[in-house]
Amino acid sequence: MQARNLNLAVGAFVLLGLLALLFMALQVSNLGARSASNTYELKAYFDNIGGLKPRAAVRSAGVVVGRVRQIQFDDQQYQALVLLDMDARYQFPKDTSAKILTSGLLGDNYVGLEPGGDTEMLKAADRIRMTQSAVVLENLISQFLYNKATEPSAPGGGSRK
Amino acid sequence: MPSDDPVAVQQKAAVAPDAPGASPVVAFRRLSFGYGDRQIIDGVSFEIRSGQVVALMGGSGVGKTTLLRLISGLVAPQQGTVEVFGKPLDSTHQTRLYEARRRMGLLFQFGALFTDLTCFENVAFPIREHTNLSESMIRDLVLLKLECVGLRGAAELKPSEISGGMARRVALARAIALDPELILYDEPFAGLDPISLGVTANLIRGLNNALGATSVVVTHDVAETFAIADRIFVFAPSPTGAKLAAQGTPEELRMSEDPFVRQFLDGRMDGPVRFHYPAPPIGQAFGLGGP
Amino acid sequence: MAIVDSIASLGQACIRFVLGLGNFAILLAKILMRTGAIWRRPRLIGAQVHFLGNHSLAIILVAGLFVGLVLGLQGYYTLRRYGSEQALGLLVALALVRELGPVIAALLFAGRAGTSLTAEIGLMKAGEQLAALETMAVDPVARVLGPRFYGGLIVVPLLATLFSAVGILGGWLVGVVLIGVDPGAFWSQMSGGVDFWDDVVNGVIKSVVFGIAVTQIALMQGYGAQPTPEGVARATTLTVVVGSLAVLGLDFVLTALMFGEL
Repeated sequence: MQARNLNLAVGAFVLLGLLALLFMALQVSNLGARSASNTYELKAYFDNIGGLKPRAAVRSAGVVVGRVRQIQFDDQQYQALVLLDMDARYQFPKDTSAKILTSGLLGDNYVGLEPGGDTEMLKAADRIRMTQSAVVLENLISQFLYNKATEPSAPGGGSRK
Repeated sequence: MPSDDPVAVQQKAAVAPDAPGASPVVAFRRLSFGYGDRQIIDGVSFEIRSGQVVALMGGSGVGKTTLLRLISGLVAPQQGTVEVFGKPLDSTHQTRLYEARRRMGLLFQFGALFTDLTCFENVAFPIREHTNLSESMIRDLVLLKLECVGLRGAAELKPSEISGGMARRVALARAIALDPELILYDEPFAGLDPISLGVTANLIRGLNNALGATSVVVTHDVAETFAIADRIFVFAPSPTGAKLAAQGTPEELRMSEDPFVRQFLDGRMDGPVRFHYPAPPIGQAFGLGGP
Repeated sequence: MAIVDSIASLGQACIRFVLGLGNFAILLAKILMRTGAIWRRPRLIGAQVHFLGNHSLAIILVAGLFVGLVLGLQGYYTLRRYGSEQALGLLVALALVRELGPVIAALLFAGRAGTSLTAEIGLMKAGEQLAALETMAVDPVARVLGPRFYGGLIVVPLLATLFSAVGILGGWLVGVVLIGVDPGAFWSQMSGGVDFWDDVVNGVIKSVVFGIAVTQIALMQGYGAQPTPEGVARATTLTVVVGSLAVLGLDFVLTALMFGEL
């Protein structure tokens, strides 16, 4: 009888711990949101991926439609090769463009897809042709300074039409 | 089995002479033992024959308990060997050591019962560990063993609920649970009242006869031991560790002329074991002139 | 002369440390080698899970709740400065799952269960119960130490997970219920930012390592204690001190290994 009570108590304890783990897996972490099955792979080359990390989101119209699986360096083209796992429910036209954007002002980088108008869809292992790299702050500043330097000197003068 | 009269001492069964060439149950061969640079046992050699109740006697702290620990393999000698059941005891080889220990039972001075188990569970412990007997068989065995020591009624009590003397008897029941061939007793008479003394002496002798075992009793209690022992080994302290001072039957020792044996048996204040702990001359301590 | 003495005692301390490390490793190896024999008696392990786990539940749950409440509060005040209160759930969850859950649960375990283990074994040694086992040809390492080791190994990760879970609920209680952070943002930011494999599983791995360390230290101290009241008292103190320091030290090493590249 005492042995049975003991087994009951121990079982309850272990069950409690496993339930906590389940809670962590589903509610707290991203395991529940992920559908491991039904993905197809797309490739995209970028000149600069900025702060993009594996497992970053791939969004279109703000909705998560895939995940970044892997980021590699292609030493033939000297560009970054990003492999994307796309949700099989969503198809994108062949002329879709991929941009590396920042969520919020200081947030993480993600891949934003803007669909084109092509009637043919991207298939598994296809390559996204049009890509735009991440915004690098130094380039932005130098671009701004360059623009400022090549501006006409006086606002109203110089052109008499 | 113990006689009906708890105070009378069991008759010593006639000790059959060993078959010629039979190896002794326990043999010490030129054994020395110590901790670090403290020598405890110095070059001791003796043999214990099967079927006898043997006593290892000597003053407190001479190293008698260490002898038991050497026999059961809890410690290993620096020099010489201990032979148990005819084979040297190798305390580094666990399987062989455990095989030898399964044929031994050791009764610790204060019982060493498992405090979280009942008396029944304590006695059942070695049976459960080493055999595959059914629960009903184990129950019968345990109750029989407890009956031998007169504590079948205390089976469901815990060690904290019984007296020290009773705990020692339960520990004895546990030590004989597997019918060992060699039973070791560490100071079984220490601190007992006269009735318990008689009970314990009876049990030691009675169990030895009933089980056909060999019993080794470490003690300094002269009266009870001389009544039940077949052979006695007396150990005397020395600066290089304990030495075997004398051995023989109780009658032989009673007539021994050895000064240490005489001091020990007669309880003399001074002799080979000095009364005064070594100290500078007393004149120095009180600031008087030299001796 | 005093300088030579202090160098000598420093050397002694180093030697003692290495000796302790050696004892730790040898005892751990002995227990691991007897794993088969130990698991042949699951009832003993179950009894230890009960002794170590069920009896620690209360302190773990209460402590977890309080830590979660404080995290929620402090986290809110700090995030509010940068206008990022929405990320409170993420902050609480990551802090607990990656660090506080495994570490604090292990520290509490060392204090509550570790000391019980040490005292119990130390007193068994003092009462010659371990020697009695030896003379009955029963291996005390397999019979007494082994089940306690595996009991602790099972219990600590479970306690750490419970601690984190209750802490997250505590953070939710303060953030959403009391202060009024948007529950949707609380949970969605959390599940978006907490990765199961990188965060939750790594946290569990940490707590397994801590469990091994703390349990083994407790067993080692008890098994090697001087069989006197002072010896047992000293051993229990060492269990808490050495166990806690080991947890914190290992935490640094594991964090560097696991989260270093992120």
